[in-house]
Amino acid sequence: MTTDKKIVFQARGLVKRYGHVTAIDHTDFDLYAGEVLAIIGDNGAGKSSLIKALSGALVPDEGEITLDGKPIHFKSPMDARALGIETVYQNLAVSPSLDIADNMFLGRERRVPGILGSVFRMLDKKGMHDEAKAKLAELGLLTIQNINQAVETLSGGQRQGVAVARAAAFARHVVIMDEPTAALGVKESRRVLNLINDVRAKGLPVILISHNMPHVFEVADRIHIHRLGKRIAIVKPDTHTMSEAVAIMTGALNPEDHPAGAYAA
Amino acid sequence: MTTPQNAKVQTADHEKVANAAGGDFATFQGAQVSLADRLHQFFHQYPVAAPTIVLLAAIALFSSIIGGRFLDPFNLSLILQQVTIIGVLGIAQTLIILTAGIDLSVGAVMVLTSVIMGRMAVEVGLPSGLALCIGLIAGGVTGWINGLLVTRFRLPPFIVTLGTWNIFFALNLWYSQSETIRSQEIEAAAPLLHWTGTAIDIFGARLTYGSLLMLGLFVVIWYALKWTAWGKHVYATGDDPDSAKLAGIRTERVLMSVYVVAGVLCAIAAWVLIGRIGSVSPQAGMMANLDSITAVVIGGTSLFGGRGSIFGTLMGALVVGVFRNGLALAGVDVLWQEFTVGALIIVAVGVDQWIRKV
Repeated sequence: MTTDKKIVFQARGLVKRYGHVTAIDHTDFDLYAGEVLAIIGDNGAGKSSLIKALSGALVPDEGEITLDGKPIHFKSPMDARALGIETVYQNLAVSPSLDIADNMFLGRERRVPGILGSVFRMLDKKGMHDEAKAKLAELGLLTIQNINQAVETLSGGQRQGVAVARAAAFARHVVIMDEPTAALGVKESRRVLNLINDVRAKGLPVILISHNMPHVFEVADRIHIHRLGKRIAIVKPDTHTMSEAVAIMTGALNPEDHPAGAYAA
Repeated sequence: MTTPQNAKVQTADHEKVANAAGGDFATFQGAQVSLADRLHQFFHQYPVAAPTIVLLAAIALFSSIIGGRFLDPFNLSLILQQVTIIGVLGIAQTLIILTAGIDLSVGAVMVLTSVIMGRMAVEVGLPSGLALCIGLIAGGVTGWINGLLVTRFRLPPFIVTLGTWNIFFALNLWYSQSETIRSQEIEAAAPLLHWTGTAIDIFGARLTYGSLLMLGLFVVIWYALKWTAWGKHVYATGDDPDSAKLAGIRTERVLMSVYVVAGVLCAIAAWVLIGRIGSVSPQAGMMANLDSITAVVIGGTSLFGGRGSIFGTLMGALVVGVFRNGLALAGVDVLWQEFTVGALIIVAVGVDQWIRKV
């Protein structure tokens, strides 16, 4: 399956402590080019902290993160974005009162060329709106009548669409999606899963965090199982069943006892 | 890259049923039908609309009751003069409230900086341009202090500015020694400080440079909010600071810039104040804090942040000015003016609650 074995995004020995709580406990992480890697784990296993460390929202106390083999040190989500790593957060990180195009370009606005842009800082609204439209169309989300619509007037699925489109449009290396289907209905979830496949088809690797096992097993190439702050196993949807994955995740099954073998990485 | 061929998971049956039902995902169109919904959507999209309608209604009301005396160009320009100080402070207040904050210190900053300008020019004897600049910088510094307390020490803006209101006012009494600088002294030493009170007559209307300065500031800040990335970031920060941060906005820096700009605007309001009353009094502008908040609220800017428009505040200030002026011309006791303004505030907040509902 993952014929291309090139590692694009990697972490070794990450640690993050909050007082006496160790949220990330010497964990490793690998993402191959062009794959969808799911991360599963119980509540409190430290998935969110890991994702925050990988997306720049948190600075780990120890450990090393490399992108394309080069060590990187994020201080903020901006740093990660500058390196082409885009994240779709669970709360979507959209500003409800701003419109769709404003949200897609939030934090990376474009200015018009010439003196209007350099001295008067004038935004290239038309250019951004046109591009936002094009990006949404590319992902099949363009049944939009009015791209000037405030995001708060959209449904949950539509907002998710905007957030995914933003990530897919600007990512050059990695797209991270945190629980993208958690708040969605059946049809909307389906659409988001298709979007994940579309993003992979564009050649971008996707990190998917989800509690929804059917969704994970459907789209993931590999599954990173997180338990007690670290990666304890990597399984594949075609070698393990959902119940085995859940058993490993909850500690009911020791991955090393399993015949198919964990640590497939 | 192919999709994983895991036979274990098929598209579940319940999804097939849902798909068979047809319909699109993410059709970005509102299916508004009723008139109330349309109105709601309109007001939601154009927050300046509601206060503008109220203003026009108020003008219509008073012109029908009082007639020509109210509509006289001189009277209308008088209203504009009367709202100029609150208008400038209202710009500062709008910026703060858009970030979901509130600034109770605007009035105190205005008085303090007016005293600084006056004393620098009259007592210290600096050139009036320099005195003005020192006043503007002092305004920026007061904003910086507020901003530092809000961003670095994470104190609520209400508490911070409640504290600095008293502190700045005390500094003002100390520095001014509670003494008024008389108009003639300013006129002699620093006529530039009176520039904002200088009027030009057009068709019977008396427009002061201060009023024109206020209108200019509204346009500048409108442009900054509407057409620059900074403006988008101000809205995003007020709307949902956590989301804004995740989207890569340095919200603390945005907040800081807003407080500093607000401080400078208060100092400009001080310049307008000197032009309007002529003298520099440490007791002037006592009610300015609450009046500026009133203008912002009636102007349709949400106290919860992230929603509103700068021209709404101009409309809000004018609504208050028109009601005060109209009721006074109609011979209504001044206490009923206060009563009306109070009622307007409550109605405005009620309308805002309705508009904010999606």
